[in-house]
Amino acid sequence: MIPAQFEYHKATSIQDAIAQLGAHEESKLLAGGHSLLPMMKLRFAEPPHLIDINGIEELRGIRLDGDTICIGAMTTENELIQSEILQQHCPLLVEAARLVADPQVRNRGTIGGDVVHGDPGNDHPAVMLALDATLVLHGPDGERQTPANGFFLGTYWNDLQEHEILVELRVPVIKKGVGHGYHKLKRKTGDYAVAASPVVVELDGDVCRDIRIALTNVAPMAIRAEAAEAILRGKAIDEALIDQAAREVVAACEPAEDLRGDALYKSNMAAEMARRSIRAALQQARG
Amino acid sequence: MDNPTEQQDREDTLKGVGCSRRRKEDARFVQGTGRYTDDIKLPGMLFADMVRSPYAHARIKSINKEKALALPGVHAVLTADDLKPLNLHWMPTLAGDVQAVLADEKVHFQYQEVAVVIADDRYIAADATELVEVEYEELEVLVDPHRAMDADAPILREDLVGKMDGAHSVRVHDNHIFNWQAGEKDATDRVFEQAEVTVKQDMYYPRVHPCPMETCGCVASYDKINEHLTVHLTSQAPHVVRTVVSMLSGIPESRVRIVSPDIGGGFGNKVGIYPGYVVSIVASIVLGVPVKWVEDRMENISTTAFARDYHMTGEIAADSEGRIKALRVNVLADHGAFDACADPSKFPAGLMHICTGSYDIPVAHLNVDGVYTNKAPGGVAYRCSFRVTEAVYVIERTIDVLAQKLGIDKAEIRRRNFVKVEQFPYKTCLGWELDSGDYHTALEKVLNAVDYESLRREQQEKRAQGELMGIGLCTFTEIVGAGPSRNCDILGVGMFDSAEIRVHPTGSIIARMGTITQGQGHQTTYAQIIASELGISSDDISIEEGDTDTAPYGLGTYGSRSTPVGGAATAVAARKIRAKAQKIAAHLLEVSENDIEWDIDRFKVKGVPGQEKTMKEVAWAAYNNVPEGMEPGLEAVDYYDPPNFTYPFGIYLCVVDIDKSTGETSVRRFYALDDCGTRINPMIIEGQIHGGLTEGFAVAMGQEMPFDEQGNLLGNTLMDYFVPTFVETPHWETDYTVTPSPHHPLGAKGVAESPHVGSIPCFTSAIVDAFSHLDVTHMNMPHSAYRVWQKVHELGLDSPV
Repeated sequence: MIPAQFEYHKATSIQDAIAQLGAHEESKLLAGGHSLLPMMKLRFAEPPHLIDINGIEELRGIRLDGDTICIGAMTTENELIQSEILQQHCPLLVEAARLVADPQVRNRGTIGGDVVHGDPGNDHPAVMLALDATLVLHGPDGERQTPANGFFLGTYWNDLQEHEILVELRVPVIKKGVGHGYHKLKRKTGDYAVAASPVVVELDGDVCRDIRIALTNVAPMAIRAEAAEAILRGKAIDEALIDQAAREVVAACEPAEDLRGDALYKSNMAAEMARRSIRAALQQARG
Repeated sequence: MDNPTEQQDREDTLKGVGCSRRRKEDARFVQGTGRYTDDIKLPGMLFADMVRSPYAHARIKSINKEKALALPGVHAVLTADDLKPLNLHWMPTLAGDVQAVLADEKVHFQYQEVAVVIADDRYIAADATELVEVEYEELEVLVDPHRAMDADAPILREDLVGKMDGAHSVRVHDNHIFNWQAGEKDATDRVFEQAEVTVKQDMYYPRVHPCPMETCGCVASYDKINEHLTVHLTSQAPHVVRTVVSMLSGIPESRVRIVSPDIGGGFGNKVGIYPGYVVSIVASIVLGVPVKWVEDRMENISTTAFARDYHMTGEIAADSEGRIKALRVNVLADHGAFDACADPSKFPAGLMHICTGSYDIPVAHLNVDGVYTNKAPGGVAYRCSFRVTEAVYVIERTIDVLAQKLGIDKAEIRRRNFVKVEQFPYKTCLGWELDSGDYHTALEKVLNAVDYESLRREQQEKRAQGELMGIGLCTFTEIVGAGPSRNCDILGVGMFDSAEIRVHPTGSIIARMGTITQGQGHQTTYAQIIASELGISSDDISIEEGDTDTAPYGLGTYGSRSTPVGGAATAVAARKIRAKAQKIAAHLLEVSENDIEWDIDRFKVKGVPGQEKTMKEVAWAAYNNVPEGMEPGLEAVDYYDPPNFTYPFGIYLCVVDIDKSTGETSVRRFYALDDCGTRINPMIIEGQIHGGLTEGFAVAMGQEMPFDEQGNLLGNTLMDYFVPTFVETPHWETDYTVTPSPHHPLGAKGVAESPHVGSIPCFTSAIVDAFSHLDVTHMNMPHSAYRVWQKVHELGLDSPV
């Protein structure tokens, strides 16, 4: 439980952090540290340089910009939970943050760290997929924006380019006819999900205009259950359709067996979480 | 006339036996000023860290220390070869076996200690462990104990090959440790052959770990000038450690001081003597400076003593009315690579022969075989008294199976088989004498409290709707307070315990015991015992334990023995003081001793109001005005060898609802009635019961130490190993009856472990009960959502996808 030797650097601004990433070979950004530091203590990760971005104020905070909510990458889970903007305009993020790990982790852990760390057990990547979020990234060549959909490529593998920093996450405000649902099964406080499923549904009367069903920890990375979505899109959703969609959720899963369960259990739990989230989202969308 | 109000006031002032006074130790704990082993920092102190084996079974071909030694700040790297000249590369275990201190030519389990690095700080030590180059040749691994005695099983202990005369019996295979039996085999078998009904149930009690919040550690400090060794360490039995350290090191016991400072939970994990302690002591002697070793969480779960790992078969022969005629229990015990069980010497399966439980069983036979496997050594009593947890589990599970087979309610079958109140003291067919009990009264109290009949009706309704609701029952008898020295010893030292009490001239008191608190609240309960015996407020009584230089010799705290044994010693020592005080009081009041009576906190002349001396006044006189011929002072020591164990009991009932979609269990109710005899501090008892139930919940619902086929331990972090928080922990309802122990000076029996021992089979009983209408008789622990769902799925009860 003692990490290998490393050098600690404190970044003062986004530009400074990008510069330091370039200056130090194999360096890692230190955000909340609640995934990275345990890995370092177990010596699964031995980065020679840590660049601490906790002091950069411009990376923090939640603001409303028209129909878009802009969330600084260094905003902590606890700040997400406390945010009146999110409580009012994006309940999914609040619910998801409430179920992340435990209070100590939520006090330090950040949404940005969770999104880019790359562990399939992280909660926010699937939430970003369900919300159809946009990621704002800064790099040596300036800013770029990219949709969350397509960003997650595998375990500890995503579309973050060399020396790039995730600066902000942008999600749409919830509107009339839109519903959020989030269910997560975990063994105990502090554990990663056996399976979790954030769902966003948009209704047009009784008909499902669009639905996004995302899944956590049942594949190498967060995924969308697109075949399940296709079953529900354009239909008046009932229990029979949800059952059909659940079958497609199982088919979409490719979980790794561990002490949380085998593939059969995890896939079934993903389906059950999706089922519950769809029902919850529908209820919210119907007002 | 005595004034009752005035008497009550004086009684209340004492805060003695029966008072729910606040714990005297908590002020420092809640303010973060407890002093634990890892808080101890000595000048010049170095740090030890272990090089551990990645393999479960491998031959060590070479160890190269050079790179590690070259790292600045590294003082030494020790291997078995360095300990050999001192004959300390192996050490004796408490169970009559030997254990490698550092792996000698072979590693026998994953994470086994291979070398130790001593460095300036723990960071350098950790870096250096990675620089020690060890070359291994992997060997075939033995994980499954059922394979251990196969003809073609890999032989683990080359040091024992051909030595078929084991510590407890003849060994029939090189991987066999012992066979141990109790009861009458032939007579039992005959009853089974003729019985109207028999049931048989296989069950596995998984390998689990006590996982105290504070891990094990020590600071060894050898003073070369005075040839004196001081070791601060996390020990539940510091005096025994002193004896063992003296025997191993050759340093006279008078120059070995063991100090157990504040301990952050023990639960059996801190009974053993571990390689980390031994190498720290050796390193301190060799280097002449203090050496600290503190294990991390993964080391704790992986290497310092586990518990349980019993593969059990319970069989009952009964008549068609469910009256038990005979019990047969077979056990295959997985002890890991070295037999380091912590049991009284004569009992290699602990007190497993208490497995007749609370029932009047005419004849029984218990057969236990212990075997070696490529796993860490241990086999400690995890919040339990030497395998009583396993014993209660097997009888409580098997009687449930009998009830199910006969279609008799599980409460009713217990009524029919309980030892009756008039049968106490009751001699069991396996040799124990249950001191006191009233099981029927306690059972009815619980059934009424929860309205058992309506719960059963509700269950019928739920089942009709396809829902899974289970009702668990456990009616257990504990055996604690080890123990009478005629049958209990550790390394030849009888399992008495001790108290030394000194009353100061101004009437305050210091007392020292041979036990050691690890959270049990000794500083409060012992003070309350003395307060009631001597009439001095428990506020003015200091309790010290754990320093072998000052405390009288005792066997320590585990197996719920502190109140039954240490508490008895305390009461008896206090009574010796009161007897002397009475003589002094008689002298002061100028009457005969026979004319004096004791009244709460003072001696009174019988029939003469106002003629009295308080204990405080007598204490002062003890130092300046004692009767002629009496030596001054007011103190006493008692070494208490209990005449019998004590037998607390309890009736636990649990109601669960199971979510068929996820396998999650919701504990709707848990009602725990405990009878621990006389209750010294009801609040502390309540706390002990909450803690024990929570640990029982942890074991039943989630704790396990799973191994893969290569002997790799899966799940040795708190991410996987289940330690419940408030979020997971159910609400506990507690209740009690009081059936005092007839042989204990206070009638007290001990309580800390009952809730652990009793709750675990109660949870299993509830989970299985939810499926019992589907002919399920048993499900192995842990009852995690995953495992319960597997049963749901196997039975086709889940919603199809």
